[in-house]
Amino acid sequence: MDIKAKLIDEVGLQRTITRLAHEILERNKGSKNLVLVGMRTRGEFICNRIYEKIKEIDNSEPPKGILDVTLYRDDFRTRLKQPEVSVTSITFDINEKDIILIDDVLYTGRTARAALDALMDLGRPNTIQLCVLVDRGHRELPIKADFVGKNVPTSLNEEVKVKLKETDGEDAVYLVNAPKQ
Amino acid sequence: MKIVLKNVHLLNPEQNLNRKCDLLIENGIITKIGSLKESEVKDAAVHNFEDKYCVPGLFDMHVHLREPGREDEETVVTGSDAAAAGGFTGIACMPNTEPAIDSAEVVRFIKEQSQNHLVEVYPIGAATLKRKGEALSPMYELFEAGVVGFSDDGVSIKTAAILRHAMEYAGMFNVPIIEHCEDESLANGVMNEGINSTLLGMPPIPALAEDLIVMRDIMMAEFTGSKIHIAHISSKKAVELVRQAKKKGIKITAEVTPHHFTLTDDSIKTFDTNFKMNPPLRTREDVNAVIEGLKDGTIDCIASDHAPHSIEEKEMEFIYAPNGIVGLETQLGLALTELVHKKHLTIEELVMKLSINPRKILNLPVPIFSEGQPANLTIIDPDIVWTADISKFKSKSKNSPFDKRLLTGKSIAVISKNKMFYEDKFINLNI
Amino acid sequence: MSLSNKHLLGLYGVPREDIQLILDTATTFREVLERPIKKVPTLQGKTIVNLFYENSTRTRISFELAQKRLSADTINFSTSVSSTKKGETFKDTVRNIEAMKVDMIVVRHQSAGVPHYLTRISKANIINAGDGLHEHPTQGLLDMYSIREKFGRLEGLNVCLVGDIAHSRVALSNIFGLKTMGANVSVCGPATMIPYGIQSLGIKVYQNINEAISKNNVLNVLRIQLERNAGERIPSLREYHRYFGITAERLEKYNKDILILHPGPINRGVELSSEVADGPYQIILDQVTNGVAVRMAVLYLLGTMH
Repeated sequence: MDIKAKLIDEVGLQRTITRLAHEILERNKGSKNLVLVGMRTRGEFICNRIYEKIKEIDNSEPPKGILDVTLYRDDFRTRLKQPEVSVTSITFDINEKDIILIDDVLYTGRTARAALDALMDLGRPNTIQLCVLVDRGHRELPIKADFVGKNVPTSLNEEVKVKLKETDGEDAVYLVNAPKQ
Repeated sequence: MKIVLKNVHLLNPEQNLNRKCDLLIENGIITKIGSLKESEVKDAAVHNFEDKYCVPGLFDMHVHLREPGREDEETVVTGSDAAAAGGFTGIACMPNTEPAIDSAEVVRFIKEQSQNHLVEVYPIGAATLKRKGEALSPMYELFEAGVVGFSDDGVSIKTAAILRHAMEYAGMFNVPIIEHCEDESLANGVMNEGINSTLLGMPPIPALAEDLIVMRDIMMAEFTGSKIHIAHISSKKAVELVRQAKKKGIKITAEVTPHHFTLTDDSIKTFDTNFKMNPPLRTREDVNAVIEGLKDGTIDCIASDHAPHSIEEKEMEFIYAPNGIVGLETQLGLALTELVHKKHLTIEELVMKLSINPRKILNLPVPIFSEGQPANLTIIDPDIVWTADISKFKSKSKNSPFDKRLLTGKSIAVISKNKMFYEDKFINLNI
Repeated sequence: MSLSNKHLLGLYGVPREDIQLILDTATTFREVLERPIKKVPTLQGKTIVNLFYENSTRTRISFELAQKRLSADTINFSTSVSSTKKGETFKDTVRNIEAMKVDMIVVRHQSAGVPHYLTRISKANIINAGDGLHEHPTQGLLDMYSIREKFGRLEGLNVCLVGDIAHSRVALSNIFGLKTMGANVSVCGPATMIPYGIQSLGIKVYQNINEAISKNNVLNVLRIQLERNAGERIPSLREYHRYFGITAERLEKYNKDILILHPGPINRGVELSSEVADGPYQIILDQVTNGVAVRMAVLYLLGTMH
């Protein structure tokens, strides 16, 4: 990993999660109709942390699930490596709910698009709100996040790497040079 | 026309002949054997065949010519061309044509078709009318017209009763019954029964189907005292049965095809229909047994079972594809590669099995190398390495599993009936 | 992770990792099948031909449903007569279909080896839906999936195939797949229905059904083909049922913990008594549902491969 800068450290990440939880509760006037959906893989863990924070602030436990969007991707023909599918685990009814869709990095918007399609196939929610830890720009579709941890202007030959204790052993967000093709 | 074969290795086990010399042939007759003087070779076409064997013209006693009936697959002439290219000066053709060779008329037709060809074609008559196994064919009439054996090849003679009568009748003129040995009720599969048929889920044919009929035929030969010839023997047990019968003095002979001493049923794993034959390719143990049978004389000769099929017929789903492969043009190469170069047979033994024995079985004269005799010979280069290429085969059909196979040894030239086949051309020596 | 072969021709020689990947992926699709909208857009724009030369409503419907749920375009070409009899060779038929630019071909045929032959004349991914008496790999996979779902594993399980082993592509695919996954495979049936040399594959042969029941965790009971066997390999269906049929009494007496699978369609009163076919030991309808999920997994893994 060719690191250019550390964008967020461990303390910063905790602070960001706290702020995002507050914003979500504020905009939705509490957690009564909320459900949280994390996107595999890192979105799932960010979702868990926001959930814990909401529980702490609001003393409530909104339903939470995991979404795997592999089957809805549009890049099967162009990607070199075949993506691995995993199970979507949303065991509650999403009809008429306000869904907070959580992911680590928002980039082209294609993964979010796939997630919207996947959620629509599971029911008819009241709203879907997108929450991301980092928005790095370069959108290819008309998609905008509702809650953003940090806006990071990047160039195309850079990448944003989110590291989480659950998967990587540390909490941090890095700006790195993209590996040469 | 005079031609000279210089420095050949003249080999004829029948005459105990094994020497290096020159051969002078004038108008198809051998006029001198020995060392030729300069004056004798001038105005002759001279071929230097140094280190090449000159042997009595090879003979294939098991060929399907398809004419009359399926001239799109092979004709008497194209089949004979293939024979010449493969080193053969004589072939016997099987009667499963349409109509079958069960009348003198068909025999004469085939002989007429081949009369101007280098290769001598000897029809084998159907043992029963239309090869149906119900009534005897006009065997005497067929014999008079020139058939050299009787067979219902493709199937066994159906019942023991009709086989008995066919053998007793053929015994009157000492002509062999040639049997395709397969018990019909056991043989409704497409490959050898064994672990491979189990793994491939293919309907199997047990070796038992062959063995039972070989056993029946041996007992019938013993009972009638007539001659039986076992076509394309392929199973270990059948070889053993023939070996024991010979020891008892029963008049039995047997042949094996090159594919049965070369290939095993492992080849079916490719699902290539060019490996589908009848009898089916068997196991390594069977292959070893037929090679052993060749070595100890249990198996008298090698024959191709040349069975041309059109591409559209053979390129079919495995269970529907017909059995058989073309073999005339790969036979000698396979025999040299698999038997002589692997030291199972000597070149003399090979000549016995590819030239002398088949003629004896069919009561035909064996070509003799002596002054005044017609030249009927094959020139063999035992060491030339070549690749079989079906697209260059003379046969009209291209169904061979040996395409692109590397072989060692082949025929360079054949001479018979005052004609020569050399460098891919027929040359008339009569001018 | 990708499969190591772009075709699914059989389970013979398929590596353990591939089988594992298919079964794990099927779990995902099993979840999709529980959704209100049981359809995902994964294979949008892919064209799949179901080339069926032999009648098989069940397998064809299962494949078709799997394809539709993955949003592929599907075409069915079914004929019970070999096209050779119509004058067109099999090769020509395939060439024609190939010219229509298809991505995958699912093929069933009376002759073993047809799927293998297809790989030589077509560029499409080929999936074998049953070739002669050779293999039926997706059936083998769905049986393994169903067993794994119940036991949580395949390794070390004792699985016995019961019935006409010699005339069953289901048996062969089960044997190859289960052995690769580490199960102990055995067969049980009349001697006339056991193929040559099966023991040499390390497979135990039972000729007593009670013993097979008591010694195994799973019985995969095969359909007795009425037309094919009556009189030729078994004296009568009645006699078969009496000596090899799975009945509730037998299960209760010899092994109450056994799991019964059957690929369908069932001959009630022949290989299974009605009581067993509807009873608590069997998972026959789960197999049908799992069949769609497993076929979706195979189509997905082959269809998105590069």
